[in-house]
Amino acid sequence: MRRVAVIGAGMTRFGERWEEGMRELAVEAGVRALESAGVRGSQIQALYVGNMSGGRFIGQEHIGALAADYLGLNPIPSTRIEAACASGGLAFRQAYLSIAGGEFDLVVAGGIEKMTDVLTGQATTTLGGAADQEWETFFGATFPSIYALMARRHMHEYGTTEEQLAMVAVKNHDNGLKNPYAQFRKKITVEDVLNSSPVATPLKLLDCSPITDGAAAVVLASEEMARKITDDPVWINASAQASDTLALHSRSSFTSIPATRLAAEKAYQKAGIKPKDVDVAEVHDCFTIAEIMAVEDLGFVPKGEGGKAYEEGMFELGSDISVNTSGGLKACGHPVGATGIKQVAEVFWQLRGEAGERQIPDAEIGLTHNVGGSGATVVVHVLSRYPDLRQR
Amino acid sequence: MAEQGSIPLIWRRYPQRYRLEGNKCENCGTYFFPPRLVCPNCRRRGSLTKHVFSGKGVVESYTVVHVPPDEMAGQEPYVLALVRLEEGPVVTAVVTDVDPEDVKIGTRVRLAFRRISEQGESGLVCYGYKFAPEKGF
Ligand SMILES: [Zn+2]
Repeated sequence: MRRVAVIGAGMTRFGERWEEGMRELAVEAGVRALESAGVRGSQIQALYVGNMSGGRFIGQEHIGALAADYLGLNPIPSTRIEAACASGGLAFRQAYLSIAGGEFDLVVAGGIEKMTDVLTGQATTTLGGAADQEWETFFGATFPSIYALMARRHMHEYGTTEEQLAMVAVKNHDNGLKNPYAQFRKKITVEDVLNSSPVATPLKLLDCSPITDGAAAVVLASEEMARKITDDPVWINASAQASDTLALHSRSSFTSIPATRLAAEKAYQKAGIKPKDVDVAEVHDCFTIAEIMAVEDLGFVPKGEGGKAYEEGMFELGSDISVNTSGGLKACGHPVGATGIKQVAEVFWQLRGEAGERQIPDAEIGLTHNVGGSGATVVVHVLSRYPDLRQR
Repeated sequence: MAEQGSIPLIWRRYPQRYRLEGNKCENCGTYFFPPRLVCPNCRRRGSLTKHVFSGKGVVESYTVVHVPPDEMAGQEPYVLALVRLEEGPVVTAVVTDVDPEDVKIGTRVRLAFRRISEQGESGLVCYGYKFAPEKGF
C-alpha cells in the first residue's frame, strides 16, 4: 500500500441554506478544497461523494454524476458512496484506498446532504431509513429513540446522568461558537439542555444534532504527488472500518458501539499509536450519548467513565484530547453525507494550524470517527503530521 | 411512507409479526428473532428450523417517545423498549397497557397482539406485536 496524504480541504457553512440547492453546495465546497490544495480541476483523476438520501430529500439520485458534472470534472470516474450517516467517512476511505492501491494519484472525496427542502417529519422518516425498517422503524422506533435506548441502559449500568449528557452539548456549542462554518454559534447551558422539550427520554431536543444542509470536500494525493504540490501535507496513517447488525436489538452491547471498538483497535494498530497519543478527535455525536460512548469505545477513557469525564472538562478545547473542536454534529450541524468529510477537514485544519479561533496548540495526531445508523457501520481514520508514526 | 405501507411488504411478514415466528440454529443452539436466513455463527454449517417464541420477556432498556414517526402520530407519548425474550433474542417494541412511569429496566412483559400504525395516504392499518406488563410482578 502506498502512503496517502490530504493536501486540501473546503466546506460550506452548515445550516439552513434555503437559497442554495445540492449542486450549489457541492460546487462551493469542491472549489474551496481545490483552492486549498492549490490544484486545478483538470489534475483530479477521480471523485468519491458521500450522500445518504438525495432520493428522499430532494428526489435526486445519481449524485456522483451530478457532482462531477457541476464541478466541471467530467469525464473522470465519479462514485457515490452510501452508508447512512457514515457515507462521508466511507467516501474518504474509498478515495484513500484508490490511491493507496495505486489506481490514482490525485482524488477528491466529498460529502453532501440537502435536508431542509422537506418538512421535519419527512426528514425524520428519511433518517429512520438508517435503522432496520422492518424490525425497528415499523414497530415505532425513531432514530433518537434508538440512541435513547442506549442512553437509558448506559445510565442504568454506569450511573451516567442527564446533566453529564447535557455537558456534551454545552461543550460542543462552546466550540461551535468559534467555528464560522457552524450551524449554531450560540452558547447554551446545562439548564437549557435539561429544559428543552423531550424527544425520546432521556434525550431532549438539545441532546440531538440538527437537520442541516451542507457539503465538504478534501483533496487526497499519493506521496509522490503530495510532495510535488505541498510542503505541508497531512498524512493518513490509518483507515479502518467495521460492520455490525443493522438493528440495535441484535447487538452484543447496548451501552457501546462494538464496531467503533473494532475499527479503532485496527486503526491504532495500523498507525502504531495508543489512544492517549491522539491530540484532536472529531467523533460522531449525533446525540450526546453517542459522544460519551465514542470516547469510551475509542479508548480515551475506561468503559463507563465517559459521563464523569465531562464533569471534569476532559475533552474541552485545548485539553489532552480535544474532542469535536468543530462543534461536532451537535453544533456544527449534521448534513448526513457531508459529516464524515467535515470531520477530516476539521482535523486537517487543526494539524496544519489553520483552525482559527478554535485552533488547539501543537496538534500532531488527529482522529476521525464516523458512525452509520446506530452503529452498523463505523469508520475510523488516523491523520498526522508524520508519514510514519512509528518513526516520529 | 410508501416503503413501509406497501401491501406485499406487510403481508410477507405476517408469520413473524402476528405469531412471533423466528428460528433456531440446530448446530449452535442459538435462537433468532426476527428469523435469520443464515446463522451468523455457523453460516453454511448451520441448520435453521422454525421456532415460535413464547412471548415472555424482560425490559432491557426503554424510552418514552414524545416525537413519533408520522405513522404513529397521536399515540405519543408511548414507551418503546428493548425486550429480551426468554429464549434469548431481543426485540424492539412498544410496551402498552401501562403508565409510562411504571416501565423500568427489569419489568417482566408478555406478548400483546395490537394495532401498530396507520400507513400514510393508503390508510392501511398494520398489526403486530407489542408487549404488556406481566401481571403479578
Ligand atoms: Zn448456528
